[in-house]
Amino acid sequence: MTTVENTGNRRLSAEELERFGAEMDAIRQRIVAELGEEDAAYIRGIVKNQRRFEVAGRALFYLPVIGWLPAVACLSISKILDNMEIGHNVMHGQYDWMGDPDLNSRMFDWDTMAPAENWKYGHNYMHHTFTNIVGKDRDIGYGILRMDEEQEWRPYYLGNPLYAFLLMTFFEWGVALHDLEVDELVAGRRTWAENREIGARIWRKVKKQTFKDYVLFPALTGPLFPLTFAGNVVANLVRNVWTFNIIFCGHFPAGVASFSQEECEDETSGHWYYRQLLGSANITGSRLFHIMSGNLSHQIEHHLFPDLPARRYPQIAEEVREICERYGLAYNTGRLSKQLFSVFGKICRYALPGRRAQQPSAATAEQVANVTVAA
Amino acid sequence: MSIAGTLLRSRAVAALASPHGVDRYLELVNPMWAAHEVRARLVDLRREVDVPGEPAVATLTFQPTSTWRGHRPGQYVQLSVDLPGARRVTRCFTLSSAGSRPGERFTITLRANPDGEVSRFLAEAQPGQLVHLSQAEGDFVLPDRVPEHVLFITGGSGITPAMAMLRSLMLRTHRGRVTFLHYARSTEHQIFADELDQIRMAGYGVDVHLVHTGAGGRYFSALELERILPEFRDVDTWLCGPTGLVEAVQAAYRDAGAEDRLRVEYFQPPRSSGTAGGRLDFDRSGVSADNDGASILEQAEAAGLTPTFGCRMGICFSCTATKRSGTVRNILTGETSSRLDEDIRICVSTPEGDCSVDI
Repeated sequence: MTTVENTGNRRLSAEELERFGAEMDAIRQRIVAELGEEDAAYIRGIVKNQRRFEVAGRALFYLPVIGWLPAVACLSISKILDNMEIGHNVMHGQYDWMGDPDLNSRMFDWDTMAPAENWKYGHNYMHHTFTNIVGKDRDIGYGILRMDEEQEWRPYYLGNPLYAFLLMTFFEWGVALHDLEVDELVAGRRTWAENREIGARIWRKVKKQTFKDYVLFPALTGPLFPLTFAGNVVANLVRNVWTFNIIFCGHFPAGVASFSQEECEDETSGHWYYRQLLGSANITGSRLFHIMSGNLSHQIEHHLFPDLPARRYPQIAEEVREICERYGLAYNTGRLSKQLFSVFGKICRYALPGRRAQQPSAATAEQVANVTVAA
Repeated sequence: MSIAGTLLRSRAVAALASPHGVDRYLELVNPMWAAHEVRARLVDLRREVDVPGEPAVATLTFQPTSTWRGHRPGQYVQLSVDLPGARRVTRCFTLSSAGSRPGERFTITLRANPDGEVSRFLAEAQPGQLVHLSQAEGDFVLPDRVPEHVLFITGGSGITPAMAMLRSLMLRTHRGRVTFLHYARSTEHQIFADELDQIRMAGYGVDVHLVHTGAGGRYFSALELERILPEFRDVDTWLCGPTGLVEAVQAAYRDAGAEDRLRVEYFQPPRSSGTAGGRLDFDRSGVSADNDGASILEQAEAAGLTPTFGCRMGICFSCTATKRSGTVRNILTGETSSRLDEDIRICVSTPEGDCSVDI
């Protein structure tokens, strides 16, 4: 396991964790008190632009040949905005305080295969509560890849890079099917009955999405059917590749720690913040880049405060970083190319049966025990 | 609009607009375009009562979208408006106009209660203000065949649905008798005073009795009703007002054995809230418990309920439920909130005194 020690970070004492948590709580409370018109205007502006791109994209397919590339570009942007800055964030409940049913986590659904209801459980609850706890957080390798040395090597994992490539290409399908927990099903820890409702929801959503993108809109362009069909395939592909890459940079670059279930038993809120911080990584970039990544380029801030509007993450990033420095904790950030390189390195490295991590020394184990007991 | 409306409501268009719905696109072009939802613009605002130091009463005229299916007098509508701070809040208001057909203008009449953030906002609103609506709701209405004799007993703001019905009776040239008994604090608090005066003068079989309790008028009693209308037992009655009046009238009809003549509309009283103790009501399941200070989620589970939950620490929103009334404290932020019909995360909310939650 990439323990905290393996990432070069230090353990905090119980008192330190409490103070660390209190500082994070203070940021949260300040931002919550500030929420208002600006945040509302921002997300409504993003929605307006996304719908413009979408309508423009659909319309440009009527323009033979010269319209095709702009159409694909507009539709790709629309889908990326819809999934990242709007869908992911709205479904986190970041805008529930507005009371607007159109921007409410319980009502919103996004332009992708995964039905909102399934995704919210797997993501908001399983992933965000148990972030990077090996054996609990199903987003570690998504039940497909080997992304942590704690996952025992099998010859199957030789295909790690191939599986990653396929997952990237068919990412929206992967996200939708993720909630079926097929690996758990195979292992006998999950029953078919548990999956019936989840599966039915996926099937309903998939029918709607495929009918819209691959039948209805192409058919509406008449003789241009094949071009529109191909354009929609490419737009979905562009979105898949982009979202896969942003998301993989959130938890898998070097320096990100994972945790054992024992470490997190009866966890304090301070340790929860500590785990979120060390289990996430940021990507640097321009304002436009942050918007297109749904501000998941601020994965650290997102994991510390998953229900704060994402446009606030860049605003509090400096403060979070300063707190990290004071506690001697790494603030994992870097350019997209650096983080991607690091992630793909990991995907390839874990394809092979590398050494298991050395057993933590007696002293470290004792230290861990102390923290747990104190907590 | 009907052809366009039919088209916009078609399954084909729904499939194209999936998963967001066609209204999400139409509203961006023009907020008054809609295929399913109902919205309206304020076109006129008139002050009915303006007593210094007292809450204003205003009548607001709205132009709804073509999706408005019309209303029957006596019905109400759920109205949502974005308050300053970008928070949308929903309240029920009685429709005060005589009735409306699909897409037609209607009015609501409201009192700007000091603690009613929506009514206060609307009483000061400018023409052009956009609001979000439900369709008209409620069965406190006149039957299709109006009885020969109709009695209205109302108190305070409860006059509004009765006024809407009275107006429709005037328009319909109802040939029977109408007795209109209303209780207000003073002449200055009397809503619709001029209009009621005109109706009284016109003398088309409408007896208007306005009782001003602040100016020596006697509160409702069976004896008083007997004096005004000896045959009230045999008259179909519509009753709307504050709890005290409603209970007194109900008792009078019960004693007279005439309960089946009475139709009642409650104005739900606000619940009291304290800092400790109190009752926690789970509306949907009809269970209630003594508030022991734990989170609402824990108390619901202790009461044998199984609300949906996720992280139990306020981050995943799986447990979000609607708080109907009462005050809750967010244990993450320490903030308290007393808004009606508010979405709360029950895993991080504790009740402060009486509270009811839709679980």
